[in-house]
Amino acid sequence: MLATATATAHPITVRDLTVAYHDRAVLWDVDLDVPRGVLMAIVGPNGAGKTTLIKAILGLVPVVAGQVRIEGKPLAEVRRRVAYVPQRGSVDWDFPTSVLDVVMMGRYGALGWIRRPGHRERQAALDALEQVGMRDFAGRQISQLSGGQQQRVFLARALVQDAAIYLMDEPFQGVDATTERTIVGLLRDLRSAGKTVVVVHHDLQTVPEYFDWVTLLNVRKIASGPVEEVFTPELLRRTYGGHIAFLGQPDQDGTVAAVAGGEE
Amino acid sequence: MPDLLHDLFFDYTLRTVALGAAILGIVSGTLGSYAVLRRQSLLGDAISHAALPGIALAFLLTGSKAPLVLVLGAAVAGWLGTLLVMGAVRTTRVKFDSALGIILSVFFGIGLVLLTFIQKREDATQAGLDKFLFGQAATILAQDVVTMAALGGVALLLMLLFWKELKLLSFDPEFGSTLGFPIRALDILLTTLLVIAIVVGLQMVGVVLMSALVVAPAVAARQWTDRLGLMIALAGGFGALAGVSGAVISSTAARLPTGPLIVLCASALVLISLCFAPNRGIVWNALRQRRNRRRLHVEGEVIP
Repeated sequence: MLATATATAHPITVRDLTVAYHDRAVLWDVDLDVPRGVLMAIVGPNGAGKTTLIKAILGLVPVVAGQVRIEGKPLAEVRRRVAYVPQRGSVDWDFPTSVLDVVMMGRYGALGWIRRPGHRERQAALDALEQVGMRDFAGRQISQLSGGQQQRVFLARALVQDAAIYLMDEPFQGVDATTERTIVGLLRDLRSAGKTVVVVHHDLQTVPEYFDWVTLLNVRKIASGPVEEVFTPELLRRTYGGHIAFLGQPDQDGTVAAVAGGEE
Repeated sequence: MPDLLHDLFFDYTLRTVALGAAILGIVSGTLGSYAVLRRQSLLGDAISHAALPGIALAFLLTGSKAPLVLVLGAAVAGWLGTLLVMGAVRTTRVKFDSALGIILSVFFGIGLVLLTFIQKREDATQAGLDKFLFGQAATILAQDVVTMAALGGVALLLMLLFWKELKLLSFDPEFGSTLGFPIRALDILLTTLLVIAIVVGLQMVGVVLMSALVVAPAVAARQWTDRLGLMIALAGGFGALAGVSGAVISSTAARLPTGPLIVLCASALVLISLCFAPNRGIVWNALRQRRNRRRLHVEGEVIP
């Protein structure tokens, strides 16, 4: 019975979520259902609460009100089903450690307390590095990596977690073209493998190309659904409050290419 | 020189002091590495200053000057001070450095008041508590060294046991939290280990200079390696080297204070490492730059 409940529950369900930083609301009464197997972008202007939303889903920020369910359960019961790729600027890349070591950290949760990573963890990490095209960098000190390489290391660390749900915070931020192609390929592989992927994304132009599902967020949830239904000029204007310029006309399926203006 | 070596092994006082200094150097260098890597170098300063009222209170409450009693008082006060810093950062808008500054001076102030109060009392038993201000290595006894070794040994064992967890805490605490590790509890564990490292050295080096031994060996070690394990081992080695050299140098002349000499030796190690370590050292960088400039120069002349 429990198994059926899990099978039917959405990978991520958010209800009435409100998060405040001091007395300013960062997220206000957000409801969200992320269906299984989608590649979803979270899009919105700066300060819209995109990062806060995935941190709240991961239990990293205190919530004022609301509820998050992963596959119908509290996160603590299904933690190993979820993998997280933080913004690469969130850590000190001058930390004295190697690429392989960082990737193996993805196995720490499965290892549990005190047990050290061994041969199996090493192999999993090397395989993940292979997937992101960084196999040759395994022994490299992390301070020697470029921004794009750092990002791929973080992705490899999430891959070794072997999760069902992937939450990524701006993986395309400031990366080179090679890395961008690698990440796009990886996202598609994850989707083909039946995983659910949620990505905080900044570049509106690539949304229709990279993603099949999108959530428009500006403190409140403006809309969430398939890209062809939700990624429309009208809803984007509501999300960005008019600071937006559209490149060309909407094509036949109703989607548009757009860039955010204003403070970007 | 041979006499010094002979004394180091056979002179009771020098041997005891050197052994104590080595232990304190290993423990503070090792655990200080985490403070440096987490950009919390000044945490050690706050802990050691916050420990002073604990020493005074432990004496006032028990009337005992036994090192173990005083060290326990120091540990409790240092620990409380640090928890207050962490709590203030989490629950208020006060930033980490401000919280450190406030707690450090408030606790140190209370400590000085209590120390003055104790010194003005009639009974003669109080003499000598002020050695915790700047440390007094010569008063170290063999049993103190045993206490230091036991406390430090427990701290190092716990560090080795939770190696992977502490690495995760230091590199990416938020990611660690998503893996299900109780990051705040680990933070408190690591801070507690640092408190132990610091109170172990208070009697020898004193509350004012102790933080130098938390920071200096780790900063020196970081220059030489890019591997966490090696860095921590090196920091422990540098700490021990500074401790023993400080003890030996102070024994060569009367009235040279051991604690400050240990700190000076540690600082010398930092200076040497900053200049001469491969890859990160100043001299190395200057040489590399000159080599590159000359090569560009030569190529520039060949091409036309």
